[in-house]
Amino acid sequence: MKTRNSTNWLITALITLGSLVILFPLYMTVSIALKNPEEMAQSIFALPTGLHFDNFTRAIEATDFFSAFKNSFIITFCSVSFVLLTNSLVSYAVARNMNHKFFKGLYFYFISAMFIPFQIIMLPVVKLTTDLNMNNVPGLIILYIVYGLAFNIFVYVGYIRSIPLELEEAATVDGASTYGTFWRIIFPLLAPINATVAILSCLSTWNDFMLPLIILSKPESYTLPLVQYVFQGQFSTDYNLAFASYLLALAPMVIVYIFAQKWIINGITQGAVKS
Amino acid sequence: MAKKKAAFYTMTIPALLLFFLFHTFPTLQGIFYSFTNWDGYSDSYDFVGFKNFASLFTDGNVLNAYMFTFKYAIVVTIFINVLSLLIALGLNSRIKFRNFFRGIYFLPNVLGVLIVGYIFNYIFANAVPMIGEKLGSEMLATNILGSEKWAWIGIVIVAVWQGIAFNTILYLAGLQTIPRDIYEAADIDGAGTWSRFWSMTFPMLASFFTINMVLAMKNSLMVFDQIVALTGGGPGRATQSIAMLIYQGGFQGGEFAYQSANAVIYFIVIVIISVVQLNFLQKRELDA
Repeated sequence: MKTRNSTNWLITALITLGSLVILFPLYMTVSIALKNPEEMAQSIFALPTGLHFDNFTRAIEATDFFSAFKNSFIITFCSVSFVLLTNSLVSYAVARNMNHKFFKGLYFYFISAMFIPFQIIMLPVVKLTTDLNMNNVPGLIILYIVYGLAFNIFVYVGYIRSIPLELEEAATVDGASTYGTFWRIIFPLLAPINATVAILSCLSTWNDFMLPLIILSKPESYTLPLVQYVFQGQFSTDYNLAFASYLLALAPMVIVYIFAQKWIINGITQGAVKS
Repeated sequence: MAKKKAAFYTMTIPALLLFFLFHTFPTLQGIFYSFTNWDGYSDSYDFVGFKNFASLFTDGNVLNAYMFTFKYAIVVTIFINVLSLLIALGLNSRIKFRNFFRGIYFLPNVLGVLIVGYIFNYIFANAVPMIGEKLGSEMLATNILGSEKWAWIGIVIVAVWQGIAFNTILYLAGLQTIPRDIYEAADIDGAGTWSRFWSMTFPMLASFFTINMVLAMKNSLMVFDQIVALTGGGPGRATQSIAMLIYQGGFQGGEFAYQSANAVIYFIVIVIISVVQLNFLQKRELDA
């Protein structure tokens, strides 16, 4: 019984050791991003002696960082906002009509898409988006919103079905429309699951590489991960420039994570337990 | 009532149409082209029946890609699940700074896979060989990604380093659903740590184990970003995954129809593996 209440130092030590394995590549990233070639020649592991912020100014210029950041931000912000507003609405209609053939069929139709590997639609979808003049930022946003349905319907429907019907029936008696009932009564109740969906879609959209790679045709609409790929040739001769650029690309999400860490982990934990 | 029904239809039909246009229609197109000989840019093409499918089974590059992807996916799935379960158990026990460590272990999940791949590419190419030279180890002194035999291990390391983050959080969520008092009962019975884990903790995590195994397997079977950042499929074709082969052959190799057929097979393989995995793991859940 004694061990139950006192700190287990052996496990604390092992967990600390493991966390060093997680942190080592990040330490390398930050320290190389701040060094110059002379310091690199002495030791690639040591802490930088001076802080060479000019690596960052060079990286910002070389990759047009602010343009890529703006694209990534617009794409992520718009996709996540519309995913929350539209996917929850569709899920509501489906969840409240699961006894109806059409809506039940719709549920399985969307969910079964989760098993279709992206590679099967990858080649035709490039043709399609080019023909529709959608090989740009708005086109990419639409694809993220539509593709999100497969997974999000699964998460939302489970949650909505656990909300008692009485609330909505009372609203209907008061003369509220179906849309009004959803936006005023149901949507606010979805806050916890909206958080889960928002976090997961935000991370996957911000970090996605494949869809921007095949859809975006013009360099001025490139996202942060895509820019790292495009400039790889230039980076291979200049590690300090490369790592400054990697760090700039990773930093926005890491900063958000540091401030919202508890909220993000709880959001995912809650989603996992509920569904 | 009819008005209410109408509202439910207007909520879903636009989504249905958009989903059909951007997902189902391209899927059907992909299947359609797999029976042709289209290269992706010519004006005309012919139907060739099942010729593409027949060729796939005798194509050395395709077999090579499937072998690599399966080997990689199985090893990654096992390592991710064993390690993340161990870490979750550690984080769930009486340790100092628990929330801080939980934050560290989840951190890789917020980083882009491609960029993490580039960082590790540098570590494998420069940092590890430097340590190897100091230690006088010939094995470590060379870039693992340059070795036809061992490059896949490098990709496994990166995928596991990053993949354990999400699974650890899911296992931790599972561990927190287990009531504390069942352990106290076990203490009275005098159960050891090991038997307590196998007889109590692990069975109660069964549904989390199923989800984590299926997720890790599905993600690894689709491996693409890591390969782009680490090896580009090389050396030679040693680390060319199925997704990479379809991308390279379809977009750059003029094999649109042929790789569409490959994607159809890939789809069938993923469905079969997912169904088998789910059946097997859920049966195990019931037995436990």
